[in-house]
Amino acid sequence: MAVTMAQAINQALKDAMEADPKVLMFGEDVGKLGGVFRVTDGLQAMFGEDRCFDTPLAESGIIGTAIGLAMYGYRPIAEMQFDGFTYPAFEQIVSHLAKMPNRSRGTVKLPVTVRIPFGGGIGAVEHHSESPEAYWAHTAGLKVFTPGTPEDGYSMMREAIESDDPVIFLEPKRRYWMKSDQQLPVTTEPARQAVVRRAGTDVSLFCYGPMVRTALEAAEAAADEGWSLEVVDLRSLAPLDTASIIASVERTGRAIVVHEAARNLGLGAEIAARVQEGAFYHLEAPVLRATGFDTPYPPAKLEEYWLPDVDRILDAVERSLAY
Amino acid sequence: MSDPAFEPNTPNVEVDPLTFLPPDEPVHLVDADGTYHEDPEHPLDLTDEQLRELYRLMMVTRKVDREAINLQRQGQLGVYASCMGQEAAQVGSAYALGTDDWIFPSYRELGAALVRQVDAAGLLHLYRGTWLSDHDPYKHNFALMSIPIGTQALHATGFAMGARFDGNPIVAMTYFGDGGTSEGDPHEAMTFAGVMRSPVIFFVQNNQYAISVPLAKQTAAPTLAHKAIGYGLPGRRCDGNDVLATYAVTKRAVERARAGAGPTFIEAMTYRMEAHTTSDDPSRYRTKEELEAAALTDPIARMRNFLTKRDLYDGELETAIDEQAKATATHVRAGIYDAPHGDPMELFEHVYTDPAGHFEDQVAQLRAELDGASAAEGEA
Repeated sequence: MAVTMAQAINQALKDAMEADPKVLMFGEDVGKLGGVFRVTDGLQAMFGEDRCFDTPLAESGIIGTAIGLAMYGYRPIAEMQFDGFTYPAFEQIVSHLAKMPNRSRGTVKLPVTVRIPFGGGIGAVEHHSESPEAYWAHTAGLKVFTPGTPEDGYSMMREAIESDDPVIFLEPKRRYWMKSDQQLPVTTEPARQAVVRRAGTDVSLFCYGPMVRTALEAAEAAADEGWSLEVVDLRSLAPLDTASIIASVERTGRAIVVHEAARNLGLGAEIAARVQEGAFYHLEAPVLRATGFDTPYPPAKLEEYWLPDVDRILDAVERSLAY
Repeated sequence: MSDPAFEPNTPNVEVDPLTFLPPDEPVHLVDADGTYHEDPEHPLDLTDEQLRELYRLMMVTRKVDREAINLQRQGQLGVYASCMGQEAAQVGSAYALGTDDWIFPSYRELGAALVRQVDAAGLLHLYRGTWLSDHDPYKHNFALMSIPIGTQALHATGFAMGARFDGNPIVAMTYFGDGGTSEGDPHEAMTFAGVMRSPVIFFVQNNQYAISVPLAKQTAAPTLAHKAIGYGLPGRRCDGNDVLATYAVTKRAVERARAGAGPTFIEAMTYRMEAHTTSDDPSRYRTKEELEAAALTDPIARMRNFLTKRDLYDGELETAIDEQAKATATHVRAGIYDAPHGDPMELFEHVYTDPAGHFEDQVAQLRAELDGASAAEGEA
């Protein structure tokens, strides 16, 4: 029976809560409603209101209390309902969740997982389609995971919950309904390891989260043109698997980074820097980026012009190959 | 016209919410001259020895606080935030907790830390910059000092939520100031604590200033304690320079929380007798006359007068406390003066429990820089 990414993440939450009574799940509307995307469906009924509960509508409060609960000895999973609503929690995440373990010289551990549905493509109103990953990846002390497949939705979520370090877990909301025939539970590669989703010889596409499927579609279309694209799913944005990135560029000599987030100072900038530093003599062309624009996320009727798609990726491929 | 079948949601309030309003006058038990006023709601449940101990803790706090200011002036600390004048607020409230209870402080809580027997020399490493902290929170049930204003209120609330889930009858108390009541986090914390009935106490030291900004520019509320009712918490007020009042009011809040009745907000009226930090120049915003008037409310002199009136204070006690205060100050000075920083490689040690993949090249880079520096030193 097919399982969607939302169901796979839901199953991971259930299995983690079953396995460890210290795992808690909380946030806005995660209880009776089961979350606005139903990712926490059934958890309150299974584990009771002390383990899966609705909080007041206050994101800083959710993260700040998660820190206190973790200090007490719990393993909290906190949901931010949407990417654009994480900003009230920015101070708690950046100043405390990320830094307190270091501040304490390792005496305080904060095994907190922050779940954030992120990215666009669902025709939502403003603040519901953002890609804030660079903020978190830029902050020392956080790990940042984002699954591109239902299998990873399950396995990487289990890994995030088991991590003694805080993890920002970015769920690609437009892929919540993406299906797989995989039986759960499943253990995929460790999150810090990038995975080659499609091997190729001409150009490497580095992507993550919602863009994994888009990049695979682009690779499929490129094959018709006679271009062989390698699709590398980064999976973890902090840490970044530099070795796998370099190895792929050594194979293809060309690199394109694909992400929804705006181009300026996005993950693509960091990846381009690492590639030119680590694979300079292998490069046949500059590292290019197929990304969102450096404008605020657009209104729903215009998002198709903003988001990177197969055409934008193929255009970048063409430019790369023209060098 | 309203639908008779429709009943709007109402919050779960079992008591008359008006009892959450603060009393007209802050709880005050001891006058400046030491005269004690009986208050049946706040009976004096301390032994003579405990009364002396409260005084001793305040004296040691002041002495160490002064030593820290001296250390800063001698270039040994980058900066220091004095708690002079707030000793009764901190010592009395912290003293009301049980040893298993937790404290979530701001950066000005030396007095509370000393009640918890946290090594004061360790606390000052934050200000010297040898490391960002230097005590194990789990050893003293005293969280790390939090610098972003009011953020620790949420940590206390989460911790208390955890205790309640766990059936553990402990209480968490957090300190913040009058300025902190304008930040969002304490309000979110009170919202959560009210809804979750967390055993947490919000202890506000209203020391009249947020750096230079006086209370009148911080709030239009009748008192800070009036804010509590909005979150379904009782708001209490006490004379923050009266150590018996801060103790007694906190004690009642602790008992309430431990009994499962939920959180309490306490406003202790006090005065920051020193600058905000050693980098501040309070002469730009407050007058000599104001300081002189504030000095008359000094919490330590008041407690000494109280003990004297009860024949609990004599030259022998004075000498003993003086010696202990001096010894602690000497210990602090010895621990801080010219204290070296640790191995720079420690910068990478505590960022992640599992650092694989994060900064291996940078670890190698710093190691090479250090090796290069020591090689150059060897050549010179």
